[in-house]
Amino acid sequence: MGGIGKPISGLYGVIAEFTNPQDLLEAANKARDEGFTEMDAFSPFPIHGMSEAVGFNKTRLSTIVLVMGILGGLGGFFMCWYANVIAYPLNIGGKPFNSWPAWIPIAFECAILLAAFGAVFGMLALNGLPMPYHPVFNVRRFDQASRDKFFLVIQARDPKFKLDEVRNFLDTLHPREIVDVPW
Amino acid sequence: MAEKETTPVHEVRPTTQELRVPARFIPSPTIEPGHSFATITDHISTIVLRRKTPIGWLIGFLISLMGVGILTLSLTVLVGKGVGIWGINHPVGWGFDIINFVWWIGIGHAGTLISAILLLLRQEWRTSINRFAEAMTLFAVASAGIYPALHTGRPWFDYWLFPYPNTMGLWPQFRSPLMWDVFAVSTYATVSALFWYVGLVPDLATLRDRATNLWVKRIYGMFALGWRGSAKHWYRYEHAYLLLAGLSTPLVLSVHTIVSFDFAVAQLPGWHATFFPPYFVAGAVFAGFAMVLTLAIPARKFFRLEDFITMKHLENMGKVLLATGMIVVYAYAMEWFYGIYSGNPFEIFMLKNRATGPYGSMYIALWICNGLAPQLMWFKRFRTSTFWLFVVAMFVNVGMWLERFVIIPASLHRDFLPSSWGMYHGTVWDWGVYVGSIGLFFALLFLFVRLLPMISIFEMRTLLPEAQAHHTEGTEAQ
Repeated sequence: MGGIGKPISGLYGVIAEFTNPQDLLEAANKARDEGFTEMDAFSPFPIHGMSEAVGFNKTRLSTIVLVMGILGGLGGFFMCWYANVIAYPLNIGGKPFNSWPAWIPIAFECAILLAAFGAVFGMLALNGLPMPYHPVFNVRRFDQASRDKFFLVIQARDPKFKLDEVRNFLDTLHPREIVDVPW
Repeated sequence: MAEKETTPVHEVRPTTQELRVPARFIPSPTIEPGHSFATITDHISTIVLRRKTPIGWLIGFLISLMGVGILTLSLTVLVGKGVGIWGINHPVGWGFDIINFVWWIGIGHAGTLISAILLLLRQEWRTSINRFAEAMTLFAVASAGIYPALHTGRPWFDYWLFPYPNTMGLWPQFRSPLMWDVFAVSTYATVSALFWYVGLVPDLATLRDRATNLWVKRIYGMFALGWRGSAKHWYRYEHAYLLLAGLSTPLVLSVHTIVSFDFAVAQLPGWHATFFPPYFVAGAVFAGFAMVLTLAIPARKFFRLEDFITMKHLENMGKVLLATGMIVVYAYAMEWFYGIYSGNPFEIFMLKNRATGPYGSMYIALWICNGLAPQLMWFKRFRTSTFWLFVVAMFVNVGMWLERFVIIPASLHRDFLPSSWGMYHGTVWDWGVYVGSIGLFFALLFLFVRLLPMISIFEMRTLLPEAQAHHTEGTEAQ
């Protein structure tokens, strides 16, 4: 992500710790109003409105799931049709070879299966997971982010990032603690 | 820097004394008051992370392992000698194997119902039982899978069930409901596993961060995929979770529908009926909730989870038991109506034979277990008593097994031609596989409660009032 702002070597960003979700949401909203764009919030559970506050409210996941579902359904139907009409036609009780209502259950199951794969693996891929290492894990108290603490990080690659100003700005939000995050 | 170390203690509702009304008029909360994000996290993760394994757990696990031993023995003999060691023969070709398959698959359905359908219906009481119920689904499906896989007779050729280009030039016959079943059950197992795992990821991250032992930390860390609770991740995560719930809902309904097609598509009196799909789905949910109660009541006591699995949960499950039980009873009544209204002598004979024939006692026991016992759930006194809930759940567990027995062998053993009538009894190996699969189910459950959080920690946190943040400047945290 070169080219955005002025990277400070060895610094990922500055992180502030809050003790409740309300403070975090307000802090993120204020940071966005301040003009910061490269930031992220961390919480032990999903907070309504949080992703909008850090400037993120669109995902392609639904499209992925829809496309996968359609592919699965068509693929399942085609599989039954190919096997029982083209490759190995069987006369069952005089039914027409292309007795398509009988392909529906399997087409349906395949649609669900691929759509579910799309939802799970699409979500993981878009989120960039699995990602064993991330700079925020360097923060000593970050293990509390999966318990009862809330964090807001402003990244060094933000165009408006100036270390002292960011620290001062975060200080006005009454966090519990402010820490620099090394890479 | 303002030090705001808060331990929020919330009052969910006034106490009984303050309201001056009898306690029975006050609904139980979905989570008992006095909890914070930290206490929820610590309480649930400590069950997994503590060093000492409770002695009660060890005893239970060892007993379940004995069941697994019986299963291993029974299956070894079965593979060595063939399905002839089971009680199946003409005219009853489907016996314990199919009864138990349907029984287990049905039990699994409650897990998906709780995790998906109740999520879409915004029933927040589902939160503390969904993880547990989903695990139950997975293990029930695993136990169910044993039966059709071995009932094929030559299980080492089971891969022939799947379509793949082969040198024999053969393809499966996709007009058969048995093939639909292969796809329905394997899709169900896969999607349930994915749903369960996705739900676990944030909690695995919690365990990673709480664990003190390096290896424990690494293993949980590996499965947590580097989850860090980022707002962007949560956004997509919630999106994916809702989509999965939306996909699982028609899936779970389709699975038992297709299982019922295995019967309904045949021409046998007692099987050939159009109401089988809804009848089977309702029966599945009925059986599943009974099993959730059977497991949740002791687990809640043993692991001291009364704060999280409150009386409200148990009572609601009792209500679901009653509602689905009534649907099942309606279906039993409709069987009589359809049979008599059809005027078909074979249908009418089947009904008479079912009630008064050689398996009549099982039919009467079925009515007592599934028709009579759940009627206790009309009364709040029984719905709010763990003892009675457990008793009713046990009746339903037995009753649903009897239901499948009545449908399968009792319909097969006397069909159109009296010269081809016969009797069916399970042999010791039938019982061996059955007891063994129960052992496998419980062994997996025991491992689950020891190794993974049995209640969804992150979803429990969202139940606290202070989890709600509002985008209004300057307001106090709620």
